[in-house]
Amino acid sequence: MTPPQRQRRYPSQPPAPEPAAVGERRNPERMFVVGGDGGDRANLDLVTLIVARADPPPSATPEQTALLRLCTAPLSVAELSAYLSLPFSVVTVVLTQMLADELVEAHKPLVRQSVADRSLLEAVMHGLQKL
Amino acid sequence: MDFKNSDTIPGPRTEDRLPQTVQAAVKIVIVGGFGVGKTTMVGSVSEIKPLTTEETMTQAGIGIDDNFGSDTKTATTVAMDFGRISITEKLVLYLFGTPGQERFWFLWNGLFEGALGAVVLIDTRRLEVSFDVIGRLEERGVPFVVAVNSFPDAPRYPVEELRQALDLAPEIPIVECDARRRASSRDTLMTLMRFLHSLAMTGALT
Repeated sequence: MTPPQRQRRYPSQPPAPEPAAVGERRNPERMFVVGGDGGDRANLDLVTLIVARADPPPSATPEQTALLRLCTAPLSVAELSAYLSLPFSVVTVVLTQMLADELVEAHKPLVRQSVADRSLLEAVMHGLQKL
Repeated sequence: MDFKNSDTIPGPRTEDRLPQTVQAAVKIVIVGGFGVGKTTMVGSVSEIKPLTTEETMTQAGIGIDDNFGSDTKTATTVAMDFGRISITEKLVLYLFGTPGQERFWFLWNGLFEGALGAVVLIDTRRLEVSFDVIGRLEERGVPFVVAVNSFPDAPRYPVEELRQALDLAPEIPIVECDARRRASSRDTLMTLMRFLHSLAMTGALT
């Protein structure tokens, strides 16, 4: 039995053109767009770690209070989204305000770099071997 | 929504809380078609019960759940399951099981750009559903390995035949795995890490 055949692609190729926006067939949009044009949202990754820096102030919204109680220990934005059953985009909006108010701090993830950090890769391998 | 004096705040169990010493996270993406075993793989190696992050979109008939001609605009929820593995007291690894359709990827900032790499999980009964995913990763320059989730009734191809069918460069690892088994899923992740390490050694990682 012969398997179906794929054609390889390369980074230099321009990405495939997006399908034309016709009627209801446009690309999907986020349902929740909270506040402003979104351009002032903090650059939060799914695995940015959030840690509370303060107790909930009296002015805190219920969402802010819940977030602060959750991240007394470090917790990723993805976990916050999951535990609060809020879309990722909503959590990033709430966190943007909390970062501005210095209620929480954010630890950026370690990302893939052009000059790869071999010691990081080796640490992950070592950690996986213990599983 | 009053969370004030209740123990009912949803949150991690005590044993699922990360220590205060954790400073940073990395992520690996497991990508593949519907039903190929992404969540199974996440769950088999995760130290926490897999969680789900969702994004809600407005769009009629976005393809996965075609409404067969219905023109009403509906809210669609796209979900992504993920798990976690503590690496050291300072570092934690997250695994995301990601829908194969690229049009959903933008919902989560930098899902692939920031990832160390990706595992493309494939089912040989539906090899062609992985074609577009692999192409998208190639276009984005995301390093990946291919893992064949061994379903009992799936056709088995020799690795070189698969490599040819998937048109994969010779250096890209292809492994068989059983996503239900922790050791097998861990070995698949180790294959990805060794591949990334070899790319780092040769300076080929971009």
